Order: sequence, then C-alpha cells, then structure tokens
Amino acid sequence: MNDERALALYRTMARIRAFEDAAEQASKGGVAAFGASLSQAEVRGPLHLSTGQEAVPAGVCAHLGITDLLTSTHRGHGHTIAKGAAPDRMMCELFGRASGYNGGKGGSMHIADFSVGMLGANGVVAAGIPIAVGAAHALRARGGSNVVACFFGDGAINRGPFLEGLNWAAVHALPILFVCEDNRWAATTASESNTAGAGALARAQAIGVPGAQVDGNDVFAVWDAAGNLLAEIRQGGGPRLLHAITYRVKGHVSVDAAAYRDAAQHEREIERDPLVLAAQRIAKPDQLEAIGREARGEVAAALAAAHAAPWPEPRAAYTDVQDTGAGRWRG
Amino acid sequence: MNYAQAGCSALEAAMRSDASVVVLGEDVGRGGIFGQYHGLQQAFGEQRVIDTPISESTILGAAVGMALAGLRPVVEMRVVDFALCAIDELVNQAAKARYMFGGQGRVGMVARLPNGLWSGSAAQHSQSLEAWFAHIPGLVVVAPATPQDNHGLLRAALACGDPVVYLEHKELWGLQGEVEPAQLARLGEAEIARPGRDVTVVTWSRTRHTALQAAALAEKQGVSLEVIDLRTIWPWDRDAVLASAARTGRVLITHEAVQVAGFGAEIAATLAEETDARVRRLGAPRVPVGYSQPLEDESRITPQGIAAACVELRHARPAHR
Ligand SMILES: Cc1ncc(C[n+]2csc(CCOP(=O)(O)OP(=O)(O)O)c2C)c(N)n1
Repeated sequence: MNDERALALYRTMARIRAFEDAAEQASKGGVAAFGASLSQAEVRGPLHLSTGQEAVPAGVCAHLGITDLLTSTHRGHGHTIAKGAAPDRMMCELFGRASGYNGGKGGSMHIADFSVGMLGANGVVAAGIPIAVGAAHALRARGGSNVVACFFGDGAINRGPFLEGLNWAAVHALPILFVCEDNRWAATTASESNTAGAGALARAQAIGVPGAQVDGNDVFAVWDAAGNLLAEIRQGGGPRLLHAITYRVKGHVSVDAAAYRDAAQHEREIERDPLVLAAQRIAKPDQLEAIGREARGEVAAALAAAHAAPWPEPRAAYTDVQDTGAGRWRG
Repeated sequence: MNYAQAGCSALEAAMRSDASVVVLGEDVGRGGIFGQYHGLQQAFGEQRVIDTPISESTILGAAVGMALAGLRPVVEMRVVDFALCAIDELVNQAAKARYMFGGQGRVGMVARLPNGLWSGSAAQHSQSLEAWFAHIPGLVVVAPATPQDNHGLLRAALACGDPVVYLEHKELWGLQGEVEPAQLARLGEAEIARPGRDVTVVTWSRTRHTALQAAALAEKQGVSLEVIDLRTIWPWDRDAVLASAARTGRVLITHEAVQVAGFGAEIAATLAEETDARVRRLGAPRVPVGYSQPLEDESRITPQGIAAACVELRHARPAHR
C-alpha cells in the first residue's frame, strides 16, 4: 500500500475517533438506563459509540463512492463519516439542532446523509439488512456497477432478517457487501454465549454467499479484503460478506460502564487500538501527529457549530410526516 | 422501593412459589438494562432466567410453546417498539391459540413491553401502543403507574393464565414508592388516585402522575379534578369511569399515545353511548416522536395541557339530550 493511501485510511479513523470522543463527552447524563440517571446533556438519549471499531468503516468505505449506498446500525457515526458526511452537520444532529442532517428529528440513532449515499442509521437491530437488499435492487435497475454496503453487528445475525436478507441477495445475485462488525458484545451479553456455530461468515457460506474473515482492527487488512470482495461484486458476482473481528471499547451506550466485562481481558483488548496499530506501520510520526490535530480541530469546529446552531421550531414536529391526511394532528 | 425493584420483587416471589415461572429475553441474566431482573439469574439459575439471542420473534414464539407445554413464561421485550419484531407471535399465536384449538392449550404468559415516550430516544423507541393490543381478542393489557401497582399487577398478571401484555413505562423505573407485597391487585380494577368534584380525568401509566400535577394547577383555578388511573387497559373498569362521570358530568381522557385511534377513543365512545357527560380527549398529536427537545415536547402530555383542557371542559355548557 502506498503512503498516501495509508495516511488517508489513518485520517478517516482519526476523524471518527475525534468525533466519538467529543460525542461521548457531550452525552454524559443524557439517558436513564444502565443504572445511570438523567441530567442535562447536550446529546440526549442512548449514544452508541464506535470507538475502537474505526478500521472497519474506514477500510470498507475507502472503496465506495457517493453513488454507492450504505445502510447502518444504531452504532453508525463511523459509517457516516467514512461515507463522506460532514462532522459539523452530524454534531448538529446529535445536539438536536435544526441544521443537523435530520433537522433534529432523528439524533444519533437515525443519522443519515442521503447526499453521500448514507441511507441511515437504525434503532432496530438487523433492520438495515432487508433495506440494503431493496436498495441493491434499485441500484441494479439503474444499471452500472454501484453496490450497497450493509453494516450490522454480530448480535444482528441471530435475527431472522439476517437469514432472509442473505438468502434473498444470493438468489437475486444482488450487489451487496454485507459487513458484520463483530465487536463480540451485544449490549451486556457476550455474543459467543448466544451464537451457535462459527458465526457470520460460516452462516453466509452455508447459503452460498462467499466472503472473508479479517482482523477488524487492522485497517490495511480490512481495506485489502473489502477491496477484493467489492471488485467481485462490481463484476456481477453477487453478494459477499466481510466478517470483521473487532472490539467494542466503550459500554453498550455511553453511560454504560460495562462493569460486566472481565477487566484483565478488556485491558488486553484495548491495547489493540486500530489507530495505534496503523501508526506503527506508517512510521511518519509528524504526519500522523498533524492528522490527529486536524481531526480534533475539525471536531472542535463541529462542536462550536452545534452549540451556535438554532433549535428546530416546534412546528417542524409536524412536517415530513406524510402528505395525504396531514394536518389533522388530533383527529 | 422503586418501580423496577417492585417488579423484580414480584417476579421473585412468583418464581419462588411457582417452579413453572421462567423468564426469557435479552440481557436478563445481567439484571436487565433497567435493573428489573436484578439478581434473578443468580437466585434461580440459567434454566429459569434465560439469556436469549437478539431474536424477538423466537423469544415470543418460544414463550408460546413453553406455555402450551406447561411453563409460565415471562417475556422481556426491552421496549414495546422491539416487540413489533414479534407481532405475529403475539397477535396470531399467543392471543389466538386457546380459541383456535377449541380450548385445548392456554397461553399463560406475561410479555413485558415497556411503553411510552423515552426522552431523547426518538421515533423508534418512544411509542405508546396500548391501543393496538387492546384491539386484539385474547390479550389482557396492563399498564402500572406506581411501584405498588407494578408489584401487585405483575403478580396478578402471572396468576391469571391468559397472555398478558404488560406495559411498564419506559421512564418510571426509578420512581420511588411504598410497596406492600401482601396487597393484591385485581386486573380490571381502576384506582381513584385523587377524588374530585368537577371533572373526571381518566388515564393510566405515567400520565397518572401528570394528571395529579394538573389537579394541583386546576385547583388554583377553582376546578376540582378526580383522577382515575385505569391500571388495566383490557379489561378496563367501565363501572369506575361511568360512576365518576355520573358524579362530575365531565370527563377528560388523557394518554401519551397518539390521540387518533388511541384507547381514549374507546372510552369516549362508551361515555357517549352510556352517559350525558361532556367528553374530551388529550393525546399526542399524530406525528412520530422527534429527537430534539422542542420536537419531542410537541408529543408530550403536560400538567399545564391537562389542566387547561379540564378548565375549558368545566366551563363548557352541559350536554343535554
Ligand atoms: C430488534 C431489536 N432488539 C433489541 C434491540 C436493543 N439493542 C440495541 S443494540 C443491541 C445490541 C446489538 O448488538 P450487535 O448487533 O452486536 O451490535 P453492537 O451494539 O455490538 O454494535 C440491542 C440488543 C434493538 N435495538 N432492536
């Protein structure tokens, strides 16, 4: 891999990390669950951080253009940034401001930027999978070699839509890259305790969807594997699945201290920080330092923009519901 | 004791006295994300407090099978919104099995579907769907508002032998209150949370508390509210509502759910058929719940909103035939 490409991958990861760190800070006290109580916070509600998982969206989305599409999960900031969305408008959305991508209607769990082909995060586990299937039909109808990247967690493979979606995509040879971001946890439950067999890739192969398993903390390995699979898909080879093994560094949501995990094992896992692993191989400390500074600067500007941004007008609650039958809000 | 602990202690008591009671759902082994199963897996083991994969349709479907084969499952769905992934199992299977099979087999289960607006969680985590379930023959629908009721009604739900949709409120888990474990609750029995003279407010779940705050506001304007907490949506306590309506002649029904086709409409229709009372409804506007605070607030039922509606109703001219 050439230096420029390596630095670009590192930059995407650094930008995601900076965003997640800032969002985490702004969400303290934003939700009552996991033993935490509600107080005032800029970012309200459950905030699912992708800290430590940055290599997966960075490595996959480096192969996507804005005419390719992407479906995401509740843990979607990394996918959104890597697909090309602007952190300031994302932060505005997390702050619930009118200038956010969704006008404040969605927040973190529903963040979307259709202008770059990001069809939305999702509050329902595995719900993005059938949507990706439909989007792939639409791409094929349009012609060309565009693809859908469909991200989901390891927990999602135990829901029916995983089987239904993969089977469908295989039957119709749809242009989809399924990406299982296996961070090994599903909320407070270790996924291995509830997942039979060898996991996402083995299941995909059993229904005729080939793929690859990769160290999801190694951005270069992710980039390589995703590149190969996407080339096959773009040539009309049908769906593929990338099983990226990573680790959820934070709790399930930002207020979850995740005390249910083994402390020693957690320490070992977080040593495999994808940014550190990449930095060791890039060996250009000055440039990496500069990239980190730029990423933090970008997020500082995003925070400032979000603080200054206007709130939505209450009447915005009544727009974009539907056209037919709108206006009779209480009957 | 708080609302979550009250539910937990009711379940623990039921599990102690009845070995057929089992729990299944995501993260229950860790005590549930709201602490409503705290300590139960340690006390009863992994066979009776079953941690499940993220597989809502199989969680509910398996519970139907468990019930038909002699267990008494308690199903955890985390929030009502995710139970929509298991709606076939609840509506086509659990609710209908006994009837379709001609009385063979019963589905005694309690499906816990925390309901209501959950601050900052936006449209897919903030719905109030009690009316959907009330519409389905075969289901019992319960919506406790206090720690005492979350204890008493959970025990009653477990004892009744029917499929019960048990709607805790997503934001009441930390609510503190006295709990008298021996005090039994009856399904279908409302509680007069506050007696009053001028306007009857019929409500359930969190809006019980909102209505009580509204009563203090209305009192300052010389309007006395009687607050009835239905506690059970199906069967609902017609007698209590009709008796109160006969005293006050004016009834406001208020709930967090969207007003259009909400359960308030059923109560209003019954009042129209049976009484001369003046009736109003106050539910949420028919919009998804927005994330941002000003948008979310549009969907919120407030003490001020209830009080204003009651004051207006108090001064509306009486109905006459
Ligand atoms: C259908 C459904 N069930 C349950 C939930 C609650 N929930 C949100 S995220 C999550 C864990 C998901 O695990 P995984 O798919 O591995 O993604 P991760 O959170 O690890 O990124 C659960 C259970 C949900 N949002 N949707």
